[in-house]
Amino acid sequence: MSRVHLTDISLRFRHIWFRNLITYHRIWKVNFLVPLLEPAFYILAFGLGFSGLVGRVSYAGMQLEYTRFMAPALVATACMWNSFFETTYTSFVRMYYQKTFDGILATPVSVEEIIIAEIVWAASKAMAAVAVMLAVLIPIGYANFPGALLCIPLAFMGGLAFASIGMFFTGIVPTIDMFNLPIFLFITPMFLFSGTFFPVSGIPDWAGICSLAFPLYHMVELTRFLCIGAIESQPAFNLAYLLLFTMIFGYLALGAMKRRLIK
Amino acid sequence: MAGIKTGKEMSIIEARHVVKRFGQFTAVDDVSFAVERGEFFALLGPNGAGKTSTIRMIYGFSPLTAGRMEIFGLDIGSEWRKIRSRLGVCQQENTLDPDLTVAQNLFIYSRYFEMDKAVARRRAEELLEFFALTGKRGAKVMELSGGLAKRLQLARALMAEPELLILDEPTTGLDPQSRHQVWDRLFELKKRGLSMVLTTHYMDEAENLCDRLLIMDHGRIIAEGRPQDLIIAHAAESVIEIDGPSAELRNYVKQHAVEHDDLGERLIIYAEPRGELESQVREKFCVESCRFRAGNLEDVFLRLTGRGLRE
Ligand SMILES: Nc1ncnc2c1ncn2[C@@H]1O[C@H](COP(=O)(O)OP(=O)(O)OP(=O)(O)O)[C@@H](O)[C@H]1O
Ligand SMILES: [Mg+2]
Repeated sequence: MSRVHLTDISLRFRHIWFRNLITYHRIWKVNFLVPLLEPAFYILAFGLGFSGLVGRVSYAGMQLEYTRFMAPALVATACMWNSFFETTYTSFVRMYYQKTFDGILATPVSVEEIIIAEIVWAASKAMAAVAVMLAVLIPIGYANFPGALLCIPLAFMGGLAFASIGMFFTGIVPTIDMFNLPIFLFITPMFLFSGTFFPVSGIPDWAGICSLAFPLYHMVELTRFLCIGAIESQPAFNLAYLLLFTMIFGYLALGAMKRRLIK
Repeated sequence: MAGIKTGKEMSIIEARHVVKRFGQFTAVDDVSFAVERGEFFALLGPNGAGKTSTIRMIYGFSPLTAGRMEIFGLDIGSEWRKIRSRLGVCQQENTLDPDLTVAQNLFIYSRYFEMDKAVARRRAEELLEFFALTGKRGAKVMELSGGLAKRLQLARALMAEPELLILDEPTTGLDPQSRHQVWDRLFELKKRGLSMVLTTHYMDEAENLCDRLLIMDHGRIIAEGRPQDLIIAHAAESVIEIDGPSAELRNYVKQHAVEHDDLGERLIIYAEPRGELESQVREKFCVESCRFRAGNLEDVFLRLTGRGLRE
């Protein structure tokens, strides 16, 4: 009854993307402030408070200053937070409280298109946040120019992955406060154990293998590669993993959301 | 196949043995009806009768559990996109976009229909004018009163110049002024030849606006026809209400096998206008509290669906 129809997906989804852009535009100053200031806060805090304790990090055969090691991971985590929050809390509000999707379902737009639009929108938002961050990181020498600019399209790809799993959770959580659960059980461990704050090569093998399952790990590896040219994994493998993750959870999200929206 | 119609005479909506189940619960139970082009059609019924469920199957929001639904001669299951691009829906709940302004609500909606942008802008202006919303164009939807929000929802439903307008309780919660304003607009649209399907709990609304209606209860159709015909068939053209009926009146009514409802505190007699019965009752029993009035759709509705409350 509510099976996913991939044939019901057309470019019409772009109109919902555009709708989201308009609402985003209204509060764009707030939206830009966070990625603008976030890297500055982290680098200041970790640079001032942490470097005395940690010293240098050895990564991919290099000895890196701690803040230099960590800064690219900030780009990756910003991508994650932006896209994941968009398809969880924000989409849930649109779906459940504002009934925006119910309204759209009276027009020639399919459920599939609504969900694709939400996911693509979230990825676009992540991409914008990453672009703003790079505008801070590149001038202060924490990301190579112009190589690091590739983080922008990468953020779109990674954004799709995080947005897809977020949308999947939106399709299954009973109430909005239940997002605490996937955040606590999935996002937080991922945030900590994806080579963000310490290299995965430094932790026990079993933990390192677990990290491989996290899309954020692959994002962090790729952003670090693009920002400072150092990587401990295979970029092609990282990209392939992100793509596969997006396809699996994108499809699951379509199913879960369709079951939820179609009455 | 018998019953196939072509061209002009084709029904705008044709529901055949439509069933909607939610788990074990049957919300719409084998419903068949047809709406002709240019008709103003109403779906009436108590809370939970299955009106919204039926309407949602018309515009392809809910899939049918069984049966067949054709709109403009197209099957809603396979041709939903074509169908939805030709109809406008004013949903029961407020589905306006609270993140957008009044004018943006109309414009963004037109994008979902892929309307030409210049045409859409012009259309939005016309509709803001038509629903007296021009002064509110820049307002946030959250700031609108219930009446204004409903008018905006109607305007939005009309954005893509639909051939069929679906209205799920368009006047619920409105004050009499707003209600009459909406009625005026609907009358105007009807004159222009728009086909409409309406649900409402206001019987006067259905009686005044609709050409034809059906009454549902527990997911089934229990009556169908033109308002006046239904009144004659299920109530009467003339009605007498007597408060605190006397024993003699009750006797009289029984002896003469008069069509009536005894509500204890009140007796309702269904009579012919200016008939023998009416004058008899007037002379013999109407010392004080008697009301003579025309029969209406509310009489029909209450007689057919009972006076008990729905859960
Ligand atoms: N998504 C759903 N899941 C389960 N039951 C539902 C669902 N939607 C409606 N129902 C049930 O189906 C029945 C018919 O509901 P429907 O909304 O069609 O009634 P209605 O005639 O529009 O009533 P109202 O006048 O209150 O709007 C109700 O008993 C309702 O509880
Ligand atoms: Mg209803």
